[in-house]
Amino acid sequence: MNKTQSKPENAGNTCQTSANPARTWSPPPFIENPTLRWGLLLGLAIYLFLSIGSLDVNWNRIYEGLDRGAKFIFGFMNPNFAGRWTDISEGMIESLVMTVTSTALGIAISIPIGFGAARNLAPLPVYLFCRGVIALSRSFQEIIVAILFVAIFGFGPLAGVLTLSFATIGFLSKLLAEDIESIDKSQAEAVQATGSKWWQWLNYGIQPQIMPRLIGLSLYRLDINFRESAVVGLVGAGGIGATLNTAFDRYEYDTAAAILILIIGIVMLSEYISGYIRKGVQ
Amino acid sequence: MLEIKNLVKKYNTGDLAINGVDLKVEKGQVMALIGPSGAGKSTLIRCVNRLENPTSGEIWLNGENIVKMRSRKLRRARRNMGMIFQEYALVERLTVMENVLSGRLGYVGFWRSFLRKFPQSDVNAAFGLLNKVGLDAMVNKRADELSGGQRQRVGIARALIQNPDILLVDEPTASLDPKTSRQIMRLITELCEENQLAAIINIHDVALAQMYAERIVGLRDGKIVYDGSPDDLKPDVLTEIYGKEDWTAVRKRKPKKDQSEDDITASEEHLAEMQ
Repeated sequence: MNKTQSKPENAGNTCQTSANPARTWSPPPFIENPTLRWGLLLGLAIYLFLSIGSLDVNWNRIYEGLDRGAKFIFGFMNPNFAGRWTDISEGMIESLVMTVTSTALGIAISIPIGFGAARNLAPLPVYLFCRGVIALSRSFQEIIVAILFVAIFGFGPLAGVLTLSFATIGFLSKLLAEDIESIDKSQAEAVQATGSKWWQWLNYGIQPQIMPRLIGLSLYRLDINFRESAVVGLVGAGGIGATLNTAFDRYEYDTAAAILILIIGIVMLSEYISGYIRKGVQ
Repeated sequence: MLEIKNLVKKYNTGDLAINGVDLKVEKGQVMALIGPSGAGKSTLIRCVNRLENPTSGEIWLNGENIVKMRSRKLRRARRNMGMIFQEYALVERLTVMENVLSGRLGYVGFWRSFLRKFPQSDVNAAFGLLNKVGLDAMVNKRADELSGGQRQRVGIARALIQNPDILLVDEPTASLDPKTSRQIMRLITELCEENQLAAIINIHDVALAQMYAERIVGLRDGKIVYDGSPDDLKPDVLTEIYGKEDWTAVRKRKPKKDQSEDDITASEEHLAEMQ
C-alpha cells in the first residue's frame, strides 16, 4: 500500500539502490564460446590421460634401478676429490680455458652480426643474412653441433671451443640486435646531426646505449658456456665433461660427485661475480 | 644565407607535412617559427638538416643545395647547422664533456673521437662554452644526472661547438618550466647575437616567440601564412595561424624586444608591470 502511494521518483530511487547489490560482474572469459571453452579443456584432459597411459612403465626395472640410484646418491654423499685429482684438475682447467676462449671468440663474432641483425641499422640484405646466421645457430642444440665439430676436428677442446662460440652467436647477436632496435632514436639522430661519420655515429650515438646490456649478456654467456663446456665434453669435445664421462663409465660415482660439486661451485661463484659487475655497469 | 625554395615533404603515409614553403633567413637573424601542432614546423627544420629527405624543392645554404647532397658533402653541410632538440637528445650515458665534444665529430677523425683525444682547441672551446652556459662543475657528470634546464644547456653547447652558421632549434622549451624556458630562450638569442648566428626556432609559446625573436613566421598546414615582425602579430593573424580563438589574453602582454642580460627576476617584474 505504502509503495504504491510513494512518489514515482522515490520508487525509482529505491529500485536503483536495491538493484545495485544484485548486479554481479566477472571478467570476460578468454574464449567466448562456452562449448568451445569446455570442449578444449575436456579434450586436453583426455589427451593427457591417454599420454600418461601410453608411457611404458616397467615397475620391475624401476625396483632394480633403485639399488643403482641409491649407490649413485651414496656416492654423492662421499665425493672423492683426491682419487682422480689430476684428471679432475686438468679437465677443470681445460674447461675454463674453453669457456674464456669460446666466450671471447663468440662475442667478437656476435657484435658485428648483432649490428647487422638490427633492422634500424642494417640494409635489408645484410639484415636477412645476419638473421639467417642467428637462426642457424639457434636451431642446433650444442650437443649436435659438438658431434659435428668432433667429427670434423677430432676429439679435444678445439671442437668444444668452436661449438660454444657458435652457440654464443645465436644467443648474444639476437639479444644484442633486439637491444639495438629499441634504442632511443633521438640520441642517435642528434649525433648524426652534428655531421659525424658513420663509425663515429655508432661509437657515440649507439654504443653508449647498448653497452650495459652487452656487458651483462657477455657475463651471462660466460656462465652458460662454462656449464655447456661440461655438457659438450660428454660427446668428446674436451673439458671437464670428458672427465665426468669417464667417471660415469667407470661407475666412479664418488669422483663424478666431486666433479659436479666443483661445477656447481664455479657456476655459483661466477653467477655472484657477474651479478656484482652487472649492477656496477647499469 | 639559408634559402628554402618551394619545399614539399610528403610522408610515406600520405601526409603532406610541408606544402610549398619559400623562406629566406639572413645571417644573424633570429626567426621564430610558430604554428599549431602538426603544421610542419619540426618537419621543416628536420628537412634542412636532412634528417628527413624532402620530397621536392631546394634548400640552399651558403650557395649550395643541401637537397642534392650525398654522404660526404652532406656531413660537411651538417657541421654548419647546429641542432637543439625538444627532449634535449643528449646521449644519456655519456658525460657532459663527451656530449659537448660530440659536436666536433664532423671535424675530427674516427680514432681521435674513439679514444676521446680531441684537439686541445676543441677541449678549450668545450670548457669555454660550458662556462658560458654555467655548467663548469658538471663536466664529468653523466648527462642523465642533469635536470631538464641543465640538459638543454648542454644541448646548446653541443650545437655551438660545431661553430655553425645557423641554429635549428626544435621546441627548446616545451619540456621546461616557465622560468627555465625564458633563461634558455635568452641564452640562445644572446649566443646568436654574439656569434652572428642565424636561428630558426620552432616554438609553440607565442609570447616567448614575440619576446625573443626579431621575426616571426607562422606555419599552418605546411604553408607559410604569416611572415613579419613580432609587433604585427595581431589577433586576426593568430586566428589565421591557429584558428578561431579569443586572443585578447595574448594581446594584453605587449611584446618585449631586445632582451638584454638582465636576470630573470627583472624580466619577471617587467612582465608583471605590463599586465
